[in-house]
Amino acid sequence: MNSTKKKLLGTPYFIWSAIFIVVPLCMVFYYGLTDKSGAFTMENILSIATPEHSKALWLALLLSLISTVICLLLAYPLAMILCKMNVNQHSFIVLIFILPMWMNFLLRTLAWQTLLEKTGVINSILTFLHLPTLNIINTPYAIVLGMVYNFLPFMVLPIYNALSKIDVNVINAARDLGANELQVFLKVTLPLTVPGIISGITMVFIPALTTFVISNLLGGSKILLIGNVVEQEFTQASNWHLGSGLSIVLMLFIILNMVISAVFDKDGEGSVL
Amino acid sequence: MKKLFCSTLALCAALSLILTGCGSSGSGENGEVVVYNWGEYIDPETITMFEEETGIKVVYDEFETNEVMYPKVEAGATAYDVICPSDYMIQKMIDNDLLAEINFDNIPNAKNIGQQYFEQSKEFDPDNKYSVPYCFGTVGILYNKTMVDEPVDSWSILWDDKYADNILMQDSVRDAFMVALKLNGYSMNSLDENELEAAKNSLIEQKPLVQAYVIDQVRDKMIGNEAAIGVIYSGEAIYTQRENPDLEYVIPKEGTNVWIDSWVIPKNAPNKENAEKFIDFMCREDIALMNFEYITYSTPNVAAQALIEDEDIKNSKIAFPDLSQYDNLETFHYLGEEGDELYNNLWKEVKAQ
Amino acid sequence: MIKNTAKKIYVFLIFVFLYAPIATLIVLSFNASKTRAKWGGFTLKWYIALFKNDDILQALFNTLAIALIASLVATVVGTIACIAIMNLKKRSRTVVMGITNIPMLNADIVTGISLMLLFISMGLRFGFGTILLSHITFCIPYVILSVMPRMKQLNPSTFEAALDLGAGPIYGFFKVVFPDILPGVLSGFLMAFTMSLDDFIITHFTKGAGVDTLSTKIYTEVKKGIKPEMYALSTIIFVTVLILLLLVNKAPADKKQEA
Repeated sequence: MNSTKKKLLGTPYFIWSAIFIVVPLCMVFYYGLTDKSGAFTMENILSIATPEHSKALWLALLLSLISTVICLLLAYPLAMILCKMNVNQHSFIVLIFILPMWMNFLLRTLAWQTLLEKTGVINSILTFLHLPTLNIINTPYAIVLGMVYNFLPFMVLPIYNALSKIDVNVINAARDLGANELQVFLKVTLPLTVPGIISGITMVFIPALTTFVISNLLGGSKILLIGNVVEQEFTQASNWHLGSGLSIVLMLFIILNMVISAVFDKDGEGSVL
Repeated sequence: MKKLFCSTLALCAALSLILTGCGSSGSGENGEVVVYNWGEYIDPETITMFEEETGIKVVYDEFETNEVMYPKVEAGATAYDVICPSDYMIQKMIDNDLLAEINFDNIPNAKNIGQQYFEQSKEFDPDNKYSVPYCFGTVGILYNKTMVDEPVDSWSILWDDKYADNILMQDSVRDAFMVALKLNGYSMNSLDENELEAAKNSLIEQKPLVQAYVIDQVRDKMIGNEAAIGVIYSGEAIYTQRENPDLEYVIPKEGTNVWIDSWVIPKNAPNKENAEKFIDFMCREDIALMNFEYITYSTPNVAAQALIEDEDIKNSKIAFPDLSQYDNLETFHYLGEEGDELYNNLWKEVKAQ
Repeated sequence: MIKNTAKKIYVFLIFVFLYAPIATLIVLSFNASKTRAKWGGFTLKWYIALFKNDDILQALFNTLAIALIASLVATVVGTIACIAIMNLKKRSRTVVMGITNIPMLNADIVTGISLMLLFISMGLRFGFGTILLSHITFCIPYVILSVMPRMKQLNPSTFEAALDLGAGPIYGFFKVVFPDILPGVLSGFLMAFTMSLDDFIITHFTKGAGVDTLSTKIYTEVKKGIKPEMYALSTIIFVTVLILLLLVNKAPADKKQEA
């Protein structure tokens, strides 16, 4: 089968994405680039420069970046440990990580509220043990916790996938050639899992950047993230034009993400993955 | 893994088959009526009764905010017959020509609705042509008697730094600004920039004291003794008091918002006659009573009010305040797109602090 | 030995983190008080109420049916698309992958409203079908993102070798390529299934009257408080899946299966 035929295999998806992704996207651009009278304007996009919007964007970037880093640091060792466990348990372990996500997102986030509140479960236990209480509800820390909690599986799975694909013989060969554990990790394991890591970063960073439910429920709505602004423009202010304009700004981060991936992707293939 | 995958599929398929049996029947003998209401805002039993008595099938759909409901109705994705929006949203829908005039000849039970509520409705529906009140209430302060021992009668307690980190504010533009505008002695429908600026500054000044801006969680948080003072809708107050007797509700002396959620019929309703039958049924005193007891939001149905057996509830100042006793009560108006934008930008400034 | 213990503790702590809220939900399902903030004693009444509640059961059926169909379709379309994307030139590949990322990046409400407008302009009747179409749309990217890393690690010569040895392309694909990318395909399927189960906003804008999923039910309940029946349902789903997992894991035949 030659490469042209293989490309043809993508036709269903290309048509699908043209209708259901590109057309809606064009609508977003239409709203984002027009005002209420329908005339062309850049105002919606430029409004990102207002102090409120840029602060919200900056905060969202910061919090989602921190969450992504924490997810990566937690997930990588975890994926390595899981990978070395008995083969028989692989599927079980993977599903165990997905299973919490089958409970409704809103219910789980509300459950964190029950856990973290001033008079919540964790603090009741701490008080009972005469330990100092934990006061992170309604602070940025709680938001980061919520993001890490919700998106951790998205980081674990692609890395786990990439790790389990590595041929044990490659690692053994490196050891035979005198590499120590650290060298094996840095020179063999890590480079081979870069695609998985990049997938993971995309899957954590992007939803974390646009979330609004987490900051509403765990941040007490006191911390305004860019996702909250967009959501508010649509649901409270009914200003679709401004909401779309800000969404377009957020889309710049796809491009940024692509550029960063291209730099890190040693194959030089320059795609997001 | 493959095996696991197959079992998951099998399980889902089996469950789906079992559950297919639960599917509801087709349309009723006398057609159908498509109702769009707030979530959990009706006693489901009343719907069944309506279907049995009239032979009209009810297709019931729910929304969680006025703003999410509006684009769906405006775009006409689904043709609804009866909707239950709030005051200012009804005004917006009237302004944008989305509503049909209701023929009150077909709704004889509308006589059960107290005249004062139709009077109040004139703020958003000047000729009482488009809406029939379903629920109403006030917005006030809910406080915990064990944490607050001074008398509470003013919005200013929400600015008292004794209660820092113990105050819950409403997380919606208009409700938050209503509190601040009333505190400063202005109208809550103000479009005066100086007044709004003053309100914004009050809210910014208050922000460090606020534990959280919440909408619906104020109920659970107050019941759980999570905060001392919260801004809450009166309908919730009755429920929270039942769960936690330490809680007390007051309408501040500076005045507040009287809100009304009313039944309306959109212009593109395919079953207008059935819609009117449905509204009429909802106005029947026994049905209104059932709904009141189920959702605890005050009913404007005076005939139903008279039927309430529990004397405490019947005479409750929370459920049925004497509106004439206050002279600075208002109902939200739709402020137009520019007004909305103005409020929204100021609110963003508060939130971004 | 110490290292092994440390590893076990690490995995255990992560599990505690992931399952603490689930445990909370399970406890709440036995709470006699209707509010999540107060413990009112042990009860089973929400479980009884759940099975009497046709609306919730109907919503459960819709949710499962939509999630299952949407994730299956997305898995097939997405996996096939991956093969095509691998063979695209660098530039077009970047464009396609960029487009693929859009549904993940756009605020749900943007995707939801734009799909609603699209369906209106196409004159579709809103209901089960429109929800399904939109779910397939946002599920495909998750499949592609899971399958692509696997595809990239493939050695293209093995497939060509199979063809040289006389295998047909389809036979060659299933014998050579598919086993290697299977873990990616499965986790893509699972992720798509999971995202579909959880979606609220997009479903809200693309559903018709009277068609509900569990998410739309739960969100509309927020105004008057989450019905404890929902906690009960979550508990049942969780326990069912967990038991299933344990059973499958115990089955000895599984030993030969690759992960």
